[in-house]
Amino acid sequence: MFRNQYDTDVTTWSPAGRLFQVEYAMEAVKQGSAAIGLRSKTHVVLGCVNKANSELSSHQKKIFKVDDHIGVAIAGLTADGRVLSRYMRNECINYSFTYESPLPVGRLVVQLADKAQVCTQRSWKRPYGVGLLVAGLDESGAHLYYNCPSGNYFEYQAFAIGSRSQAAKTYLERRFENFTDSSRDDLVKDAITAIRETLQGEALKSSICTIAVVGVGEPFHVLDQGTVQQIIDTFEIAAEQEDPATEPDAATGQEAATEQGTAADQGGSTDEGAAPMDI
Amino acid sequence: MYPYVTGTSVVALKYKDGILMAADMGGSYGSTLRYKSVERMKPIGKHSLLGASGEISDFQEILRYLDELILYDNMWDDGNSLGPKEVHNYLTRVMYNRRNKFNPLWNSLVLGGVKNGQKYLGTVSMIGVNFEDNHVATGFGNHLARPILRQEWHENLSFENGVRLLEKCMRVLLYRDRSAVNKLQIAKITEDGVTISQPYSLKTYWEFSAFENPAQGAIGSW
Repeated sequence: MFRNQYDTDVTTWSPAGRLFQVEYAMEAVKQGSAAIGLRSKTHVVLGCVNKANSELSSHQKKIFKVDDHIGVAIAGLTADGRVLSRYMRNECINYSFTYESPLPVGRLVVQLADKAQVCTQRSWKRPYGVGLLVAGLDESGAHLYYNCPSGNYFEYQAFAIGSRSQAAKTYLERRFENFTDSSRDDLVKDAITAIRETLQGEALKSSICTIAVVGVGEPFHVLDQGTVQQIIDTFEIAAEQEDPATEPDAATGQEAATEQGTAADQGGSTDEGAAPMDI
Repeated sequence: MYPYVTGTSVVALKYKDGILMAADMGGSYGSTLRYKSVERMKPIGKHSLLGASGEISDFQEILRYLDELILYDNMWDDGNSLGPKEVHNYLTRVMYNRRNKFNPLWNSLVLGGVKNGQKYLGTVSMIGVNFEDNHVATGFGNHLARPILRQEWHENLSFENGVRLLEKCMRVLLYRDRSAVNKLQIAKITEDGVTISQPYSLKTYWEFSAFENPAQGAIGSW
């Protein structure tokens, strides 16, 4: 994207019928660190990569609990994300107070989208620079939505946003048909694997990723680091056992080890025969 | 603040398939039984039934609030709809907030319904007191009907037995409540929807010997 004379105001259309400010806001989402979500019939899992400014600082919080039955993962301007999370929490608690019933996710998402749309049609406002993956449960089951700065929203079986999210999306695209009937634990494993895809060779540790789950009979909560590390370890253990066999033939090694995750991240730097990622 | 045209008791109970509710059709103007075709029970949305005693004009106002509530609920046009629990809690908020402003809606409400197989029966008073139970009543019904229901209500009443039980309560109210009129409706709500019966009357018995010669025991004045 490059600068042009139609991109100063959000209320200026380009001759091609585009609102550049809105598109620039969506760029901000693409620059944020990755967040992914996937759902089965009964559970939704959110995951994100935690960036920290330096080794000395703490990680940015990117997953927010909105209510017992709704949680959100953000990518982009975290400050905007926090403000929207506060709005969502308010809406949920007000609805609960009046109706003693949880706010249906679908309605919250529409309210959020309408709020974002307002910012695309006022000259004194700017679009929110954050994409939200909203995970929630309601009467009709488990839902995963993606809310854009443009005010659009879509429902997904699985999705990834943020930088290097394409790698995760490719992984999810291959597997999503199985997600509906996945067990909760398999869903979490798939989420962690999808996150690993976005890391592009970096070692996967529980300190750089956060996983949250919501499901039938399971209120929204973030999994603690210990639990996540244990799950990661089960991948690595399976991968180690495969190691001797995959060394000679990188191609078949990759196919065989797809389920558990391969040794690529361990041997990636030295093994030039192996493709850049586990697929 | 006082009521002008009022309805008397509403009685309701849970039965096998849902909720049964009964109310007479009288609108009293003080001690005059002025209006005799007042419908004091109305369906709300797809899943609820509301019965009211107290000021009739306030009941009509409540129906307008609920109309708007259901309208906005429908306008979302998604798979969700407000069930009896949500409507009951909404009404509780409305009644309580009015009470806090010293401008109450002078009603006692009974809200019953079924959603996704779950039966719900609750009540809200004009001061915002609300609760759920297997059988509820307003006004005189609390004093005359509830004791009968406490003795004779049980889970999974058949429709016929439920109606019989309600008629027994309404008959006692007819004998003993001065504001009762002998023209009532019984409404049922199940998963399939609401049905409100046509108005009808209860048979009453006045041939008690004490009524034959009422002055018999009153020889002399003192």
